[in-house]
Amino acid sequence: MILLLVSVLGGLGAATRFVVDGWIRGRTSGGLPVATMAINITGSLLIGFLAGALATGALEPNAYVVAATGFCGGYTTFSTASMETVRLAQEGAYRRALVAGLGTLVLTVLAAAAGVGLATALL
Amino acid sequence: MTTRHHLDPALVAIVAVGGAVGSAVRYGVSHALPPQHGLPVGTLVENLLGAFLLGALLESLLRAGPEDDRRRKLRLGLGTGVLGGFTTYSALALEVQRLWAGGDVPLAVGYGLGTVVLGFVTATLGIVVGARLGARRERTDGGAE
Repeated sequence: MILLLVSVLGGLGAATRFVVDGWIRGRTSGGLPVATMAINITGSLLIGFLAGALATGALEPNAYVVAATGFCGGYTTFSTASMETVRLAQEGAYRRALVAGLGTLVLTVLAAAAGVGLATALL
Repeated sequence: MTTRHHLDPALVAIVAVGGAVGSAVRYGVSHALPPQHGLPVGTLVENLLGAFLLGALLESLLRAGPEDDRRRKLRLGLGTGVLGGFTTYSALALEVQRLWAGGDVPLAVGYGLGTVVLGFVTATLGIVVGARLGARRERTDGGAE
């Protein structure tokens, strides 16, 4: 049952990523892979919030797994982030590749920490 | 390049189905590979394998020729859907945050940086493999035409 719900929410997360990605791409130009970065940062903020809610007891463990592993996991993506960084390096845009690669890591970890803190403060 | 594929319900559905499959497989792999000495092995394997496969997929499709309807569905279903759903950045971020908050800063930094660097390497390897696959298919297609 959990597997089925993780799968359904994962599909919903992936579809959300596809729509958000297209929406942001239509409003930004060149430079950094802003769409994927924004998706991974917001997804990390959400998983942090869910983890915080689980810790305070506001969220059941099963609901946490379905929302975090399902939706957040399907919504965020490591494979596309890696590919976009490689493509920047292939173009010779090494600085932007470094900013995309390391910047995403640092910002997603900070977003996850902010999510945990937010849930702890609010719930 | 501005496309409006994300507004096409059929393509959104293809991505959703792919994402459901990728997420289910990720759930299974994470259960089969629990953390070892604090290192989240499951997430690491999923992300590195997914980056390799996406590199191979996208490069072979790129080499096979201009994107037609069939290739677009393959790219979105298998790439954006299955492999996008199979890999995860949110779990990586939360795991690094937890290791850091738990006081294991060296493992947090090593795991985070290691994943990003190795993901770059495996995606590059995937591109090399995909270029060979795509070039072979291009020759086969060319011979048939």
